[in-house]
Parts: sequence; structure tokens; C-alpha cells
Amino acid sequence: MDTSIKILIVDDFATMRRILKNILKQLGFKNLVEADDGTSAWEVLEGQSIDLIISDWNMPKMTGLELLKKVRASDAYKGTPFLMVTAEAQKQNVIEAVQAGVSNYVVKPFTAEAISDKLEKILK
Amino acid sequence: MDVRLVNPFINATINVLETMAFMTVDAGKPYLKSDNVAVGDVSGVLGLTGVANGTISVTFEEKCILKIVSNMFGETMSELNNEIADAVGELTNMISGQARRELEEIGKVFKAAIPSVITGRKHSIIHYTEGPKIAIPFNTADGDFTIEVCFER
Repeated sequence: MDTSIKILIVDDFATMRRILKNILKQLGFKNLVEADDGTSAWEVLEGQSIDLIISDWNMPKMTGLELLKKVRASDAYKGTPFLMVTAEAQKQNVIEAVQAGVSNYVVKPFTAEAISDKLEKILK
Repeated sequence: MDVRLVNPFINATINVLETMAFMTVDAGKPYLKSDNVAVGDVSGVLGLTGVANGTISVTFEEKCILKIVSNMFGETMSELNNEIADAVGELTNMISGQARRELEEIGKVFKAAIPSVITGRKHSIIHYTEGPKIAIPFNTADGDFTIEVCFER
């Protein structure tokens, strides 16, 4: 995996952003940016170039699904890998995320290995 | 209240704590809780809507949640603060999510609200619906916590 890429972590819980950052740092990724909801994430995406988005689903202001649809509708990010990391994993959620163009899906709770495996698949 | 609604929350609690905090937890005997006083120092409360309306809460003793969050972060947490409160919210969220997946398998689909967190000794937990409050105590090597499940009759 290319560990020099810039990753945007989006979650309204600082706890989850911290856990994901710890895992990503252990995997060698150093270029990490955070946002606490979809609206803030979009501001980050407009202001700098991001190579991978890791996002929660259930967030205030703009959900992860809404962010995903906005990303896929944009010229700049329509092909950017988008990993959904969420507790929302009922069948309808997964179908909606796939239809919206999610690259892969990790269900909370998760292990560091699960994150690593999904990133390997997305970034190979 | 349909007792089949309770077991998924017990299973989810065990799995979330084992996976995210690397802790072994033992569920005690469920009991009917008659008051609103929390049996711990910090609680996450989350509303559920769907085939029935209800709430779940997860209440931790200070010692227990400090150990849980220390394990989740890989560094020692020594006091109840905003970081701990945030972690309790996310733990409640994960327990709800996993339980709802199990409930979906028996045809019971729920949506969840964003959790709220309450701190302080003997704080009140207000469930949003009138119904029996089923409390399940859990033991860990580093203190105890309790979940409450309350659905409308």
C-alpha cells in the first residue's frame, strides 16, 4: 500500500477518529486529516486534495451517505476511494451505500485487521 | 415487552467491549429496575424507533469506563472528561448498531437516534417510553457497568 496518500477521516465522535488515526498510523499512514461531519468534510475536500475518504454514516448536518453521493457527483472526487466505517449495517444501509458507489464497508465494532484488509483491497 | 428484544443488546455489549476494548465481560442476571437513578457515573442513552419504540442506556462505573477507554486509545485515561463522555456515546452507538443487526435477522427493524451522554453520581436516566426497564449488570476485572433496555408495552 502507498502510505504517503492523504486520508480524510470523517466521524462525529472524536473517539472513533482517534481510534482510526491510531490504526492508520500503525499501518504507516502519516498524512491524516479529520472532519466531524459531512459538511465539514466537504469543506476539507474543497480546500485540499484527498486520496482516500473514511467516513461514518450516522452524523448530524450531512450523513456519510449524503457525503458519498456528493463525492461521487463531483468531478474532482468521483473516483476517490470511499470506505464507510459504520454501526449502520442493516441490509438496506448496505444496499444504499453500494448503489451510491461506496468502495468498501467496515462494520463497527471492528479490529485493526479488518481496517487493514479493506484498505489493502481498496488501494491495491 | 417482547423479551426477544433484550438478548441482542446483551450479545452486542459483550462483542463491542471485547472487540474495541479487548476486555472480557460477564453478564449477570437481568432484573426489573423501578427507579430512574443510574447505577454508575456516566451513561449513554439512545432512542430507538421501529416495530416498537424504546431506549437503551449503558451506565459505567468510573473505574470501569476509564479502563475501557484506556484500552481503546492505547493510553491511560485517569479522569472522567469530555473524551470519556464522547467514548461512552460511541460505545452506545456501536452496541445499538450491532443489536439492531441481530434484531433485523428476526424481522425486527429499528432506526436509532444519535446518543446523548449524562455524567455525575446518581444522575437520572429518563427512558423515552413508558414500559418495564430491564437492567442487565455486567462485570469486568476493572469494575462494573449496566445496560438498561426499555420498550413500550
